[in-house]
Amino acid sequence: MYSQGLIGADGATHEDAAFLEAFQARIDAELKIEPNDPMPAGYRKTLVRQIAQHAHSEIVGMLPEGNWITRAPTLRRKAALLAKVQDEGGHGLYLYSAAETLGVSREELVDQLLSGKAKYSSIFNYPAITWADIGTIGWLVDGAAIMNQIPLCRCSFGPYARAMIRVCKEESFHQRQGYEIMLTLSRGSEEQKAMAQDALNRWWWPSLMMFGPHDADSTHSDQSMAWKIKRFTNDELRQKFIDATVPQAEFLGLTMPDPDMKWNEEKGGYDHGEIDWDEFWRVVKGDGICNRDRMKARRKAHDDNAWVREAALAYADKAAARETAVAAE
Amino acid sequence: MPDAKFKYVLRLADDQLILGQRLGEWCGHAPTLEEELALANIGLDLLGQARSLFTYAGEIEGKGRGEDELAFLRPEREYLNALLVEQPNGDFAVTIVRQFFHAAFMVPFWSAMAASSDETLSAIAAKSLKEVEYHLRHSSEWVIRLGDGTAESHRRTQDALEELWGYASELFEMDEVALEVQQSGIGVDAAALKPEWDATVNAVLERASLTRPADSWSQSGGRTGQHSEHLGHILSELQYMQRTYPGLSW
Repeated sequence: MYSQGLIGADGATHEDAAFLEAFQARIDAELKIEPNDPMPAGYRKTLVRQIAQHAHSEIVGMLPEGNWITRAPTLRRKAALLAKVQDEGGHGLYLYSAAETLGVSREELVDQLLSGKAKYSSIFNYPAITWADIGTIGWLVDGAAIMNQIPLCRCSFGPYARAMIRVCKEESFHQRQGYEIMLTLSRGSEEQKAMAQDALNRWWWPSLMMFGPHDADSTHSDQSMAWKIKRFTNDELRQKFIDATVPQAEFLGLTMPDPDMKWNEEKGGYDHGEIDWDEFWRVVKGDGICNRDRMKARRKAHDDNAWVREAALAYADKAAARETAVAAE
Repeated sequence: MPDAKFKYVLRLADDQLILGQRLGEWCGHAPTLEEELALANIGLDLLGQARSLFTYAGEIEGKGRGEDELAFLRPEREYLNALLVEQPNGDFAVTIVRQFFHAAFMVPFWSAMAASSDETLSAIAAKSLKEVEYHLRHSSEWVIRLGDGTAESHRRTQDALEELWGYASELFEMDEVALEVQQSGIGVDAAALKPEWDATVNAVLERASLTRPADSWSQSGGRTGQHSEHLGHILSELQYMQRTYPGLSW
């Protein structure tokens, strides 16, 4: 692993005014910060938290869609879904590797997820209960993820920005695939149309919540913007997503589950109804319908297979010892 | 002959479909992230092979059935996969040993099929061979790692070998259907692949310090649609959408 030498390395910095000023000047000049560059502890910590949350989201996000692989309606859909979920695992892998360049190991990060200390995107605590949910997750959830992630391709931290370029390309493919499922359903039978509308009704509001709290209530926003980890605020990104998505829903012939949604000529965007923030916080705090199931599934995969990882380590140790013995002969 | 050839290709398609379906069950539950990707990748290869084979089977049959009609809309007794591939995933050792037995057979099988006088099967074989060579490498490496890892992994892998051993012999059976297709220059003499399979298995088991099980029992029946109780449950998931909403496009 290319980042191995960085794990646990002493990245401590003496953060006097001159250091912070010089760091900010590099950021303002749009220079990338690389793993071995000096950086404020807060910058490192923010990135570790954000990249790890992102990685965990990819991994937990495999569960709702993985739940449909064995039941996909056609072989073509089954292959596309399996490939998509595999891509998500791949994203998790690049992201854990990007986090490792900041000095923290994948094992530590996974432990934080399993102990409940680390968060992942709340959207994955909603259940994928019909096939239309697979289309809707691709269309809305991947669509919202892309909105969030395109600006991250210009994030000031090099490894994260570079990982995001590849991730975004794949997400955009997934988004189109999801939309194509929705298109097929909305041009299908009455029950398929109803299935599509029902899925939109259930996923729309949680998708809007993916952008996080209103700017006024967002704790990490200002500093992240100054450090150019974030480029747009939560509300700005949410508005972009709504404006891009409403015409797509119209094309599908579906109705937005928001009676207050209407075009505002003056601002050149859609107005929308108030998001249920109580629900948002309830799910973030662990009380959504699937939170417990998701964590149980992750812990079970980890615990039931501990013997496999132990075996791989024991074998690697034996093989290394054999090689040393041969070399010594 | 068209009937035998149809059955022959369908058997091959069903093997890849059912094993691919089993691997799909692992999604989100694998031992490491790397294995998450590897199992999905192998599943995808098998699914791709199954799709080409079902499409071709439909053409041979000539009744207008496409890949999805064949894959999703047959009753249980008409699925012709070997019993090995429908066996449950079990622990990771069972999944790996099942894959290893299958890949150690499919490598010489596709290699021989590449010389088939049937151009379609020969082309599918050439593509599939590259894929199963990787599957064999992946599963062999894991058998060795698990066999020569810890006492627990050794025990679990030896148990998996014992549990699945009796299902391997069905892969080499040459019944009337297989013989007819082989004698016409299209099919493969599966029985003749046994020495190569044995050599592969013996070499890997030796490196893994595992013991080759005794040939004390064997099961077959899958090729004529006589399955274990597991297949019905696989089909209830596989066919769920097509059965619940008949005749729709997805």
